[in-house]
Amino acid sequence: MKLTLKVWRQKNSQDKGGFENYFLDNVDADASFLEMFDVLNDKLINEGKDPVAFDHDCREGICGTCSMYINGRAHGPRQATTTCQLHMRFFNDGDTIVVEPWRAKSFPVIKDLVVDRSAFDRIIAAGGYVSVNTGQAPEANSIPVEKDKSDIAFESAACIACGACVAACKNSSAMLFVAAKVSHLALLPQGDVEHSGRVLDMVVQMEREGFGGCTNTNACEAECPKEISVTNIARLNREYMKASLSYSKP
Amino acid sequence: MALQSKVPPGALDQKWTQYRSTIKLVSPANKRKLEVIVIGTGLAGASAAASLAELGYKVKAFCFQDSPRRAHSIAAQGGINAAKNYRNDGDSIYRLFYDTIKGGDYRSREENVYRLAEVSVNIIDQCVAQGVPFAREYGGLLDNRSFGGVQVSRTFYARGQTGQQLLIGAYQALERQIGLGNIKMYSRHEMLDVVISDGNANGIIARDLITGEIQRHGAHAVVLATGGYGNVFFLSTNAMGCNVTAIWKAYKKGAFFGNPCFTQIHPTCLPVHGEYQSKLTLMSESLRNDGRVWVSKTKGDKRKASEIPEGERDYYLERKYPSFGNLVPRDIASRAAKEVCDEGRGAGPTGLAVYLDFEDAIKRLGQNVVSARYGNLFEMYEKITGDDPYKTPMMIYPAVHYTMGGLWVDYNLMTTVPGLYAIGECNFSDHGANRLGASALMQGLADGYFVLPYTIGEYLSGEILSGNVNTNSMEFIEAEENVRSRIKKLLNNKGGKTVDYFHRMLGKVMWDDCGMARSRESLLRAEGEVKKIEQEFWENVKVPGKENEFNQELEKAGRVADFIELGALMIQDALHREESCGGHFRLEYQTPEGEALRNDDQFMYVAAWEYAGNGNAQMHKEELNYETVHPTQRSYK
Repeated sequence: MKLTLKVWRQKNSQDKGGFENYFLDNVDADASFLEMFDVLNDKLINEGKDPVAFDHDCREGICGTCSMYINGRAHGPRQATTTCQLHMRFFNDGDTIVVEPWRAKSFPVIKDLVVDRSAFDRIIAAGGYVSVNTGQAPEANSIPVEKDKSDIAFESAACIACGACVAACKNSSAMLFVAAKVSHLALLPQGDVEHSGRVLDMVVQMEREGFGGCTNTNACEAECPKEISVTNIARLNREYMKASLSYSKP
Repeated sequence: MALQSKVPPGALDQKWTQYRSTIKLVSPANKRKLEVIVIGTGLAGASAAASLAELGYKVKAFCFQDSPRRAHSIAAQGGINAAKNYRNDGDSIYRLFYDTIKGGDYRSREENVYRLAEVSVNIIDQCVAQGVPFAREYGGLLDNRSFGGVQVSRTFYARGQTGQQLLIGAYQALERQIGLGNIKMYSRHEMLDVVISDGNANGIIARDLITGEIQRHGAHAVVLATGGYGNVFFLSTNAMGCNVTAIWKAYKKGAFFGNPCFTQIHPTCLPVHGEYQSKLTLMSESLRNDGRVWVSKTKGDKRKASEIPEGERDYYLERKYPSFGNLVPRDIASRAAKEVCDEGRGAGPTGLAVYLDFEDAIKRLGQNVVSARYGNLFEMYEKITGDDPYKTPMMIYPAVHYTMGGLWVDYNLMTTVPGLYAIGECNFSDHGANRLGASALMQGLADGYFVLPYTIGEYLSGEILSGNVNTNSMEFIEAEENVRSRIKKLLNNKGGKTVDYFHRMLGKVMWDDCGMARSRESLLRAEGEVKKIEQEFWENVKVPGKENEFNQELEKAGRVADFIELGALMIQDALHREESCGGHFRLEYQTPEGEALRNDDQFMYVAAWEYAGNGNAQMHKEELNYETVHPTQRSYK
């Protein structure tokens, strides 16, 4: 395949940045998008140019590291697919492909396509956990969990925190990410005693990080590589409402 | 130096309990004064950091990823073993211990493995309490399945994403402690050296990967939890960032390296098909529970799977190993696949693949059940290959997956350097020459949650009076200088070949000649090749960019330089071990049926290599005593 790549280049967080065009003339249709980038970088280095910085690690669609905006869509055109699992056979010979980093104030650019997503970690640190110290757990089967609920909790827990929801949202909202975590833990009996404090703390941190609010356009769900449902957001809103009306932090 | 395994006295099943009741404790007031550095935030690192912080120690945690939640443990699919006997099928701590020892081909330490089986039970309790959404039955209790190499159902799982769910549990425990101010987290930082003063590990040199700043961090103990080094083969199932650098630096500073050549080849991975390929994707071994493995009976059969009639298919695992069938351990399944492909009966265009077929399972269970069990794996397969495994069998081939070798540790998980610990995949201790399915997650969490937090206290109780670590000491200055000069050397080299070029070359030599099957001849050839690669690397590598910026090529260059040195040690280790065992298969040593032939009389030991300068290594032996289990020829027939 022959391709033209229009890639966002930005030396560091202070740099203004801009697009550069690159041409590749021998792209294998079975290669993944990231493997295509490996080939591009090899070429750039051999030409004495700076390779494109991009985040990637497991290349199995689960670590959540690969973050790229491809032709105006988070992780590219395929539904339920991370960039590392996007293969070049889904593009056409001769295509021009535009590649940009996640764009959100709360995800500052580090270099080229690499952004800082540590805001997500701070939201989890604010309350996205069950408080149980090592060695303090009761026997596992002493906490039965309804299978259906457990399955829904699992669906929410499948979030890989890649940030596509934020990138896809016109408001750069992190609601889907926060909702997925709140749902995962709120649906299970283990985390129940802290469910009110958790949702309040996480939402406060989310706002502190500068993410926007949800506008119910559902772009997050459409672009989520793990198909996390917006019903999580409904659950988050309900949990938040309930907690803010009935609970004040000691 | 004689290796001291420090295994406590007493009966096997009482050792750990008695040991825990008698080791020295550190009072809460003193814990606050003691600092511990944890490198790596996978299952082992995150669980250790969280547990140590809960105990009251001051913890600094480091990972090279942008978030601790992205460690490669997250990609583990299948499950985690525990001797809960929830299925009432005769499982017990002893049986899990026995299976692990036997599965490891009698090259692991009995006492460590027994302890692992013992604490496995607590791991499940801990994870469930954290909210890990394990699979459930309709009664609300936990579900189990059986996994390669064993005959009981003791594997707990969360669909095909068990590693992800367990890691998120540990990560949340870690974040909780970060939020409480008990852990200082350094993401996008890489450890580039360990600092040793007066013989004790008391800090590290790290590089901030964003700014390139070289930092000194002092602590009273350093815990390495950096995972495996399978990326020495370039193509492997490991994440792209997995590397050997931290433990390699520790090795060069005096920590012995145990059994470096023991590499696990995973039988169910997507095959290699192109030059551009950067990694191999693993398909969970759980697929073998219902999938049947076969190839054509005829050599060079280029027909599609659907065109090969039942009578012309060879279900070779079921034929050769009737009692375990498709569930034989990984090394057996991997070698059997290689054998049929070497015979010319491999599937697909390259002939380097075998079929994993779900036709019978779909007929027997219905597509819904199969989809509930393996749906996400099927989707993943289809995404990568474009083929639908509900309609046509998957094509799989073995790939490098896990390294059983790693830093030598004693019963306390301490390396030969006092104060320097190694936990999880980066130590050598629990899996012998082969790892059973669903036991890597178990070991990572066992070490991090339930072993290290106790054993490290034994050492730290002697550090109470040592006060803050002086990071301006000669040792820190020297270590920092070494790190800086190596970075300069890489950047100023101005050669003509990229880092990846050398990595691919190294990988090819390692796979061809020190991979799934090795011989004296192939290893000697590899020895020469790796020397050449090392020489050419330092003459001709080209690393663009600067040191004081985000520079991914520089990161890779340092890691590949270490992989090249490690490759040489792996070859040396494989060469000296004149036997076959587990994942180490020497062609000269096999039974008439082609199975691995151990030589217990001469090789029942851990080969622990000590760095002797200038690329040389000296071997020390830890003799293994099997007091409880009597080694037998492994047979899965």
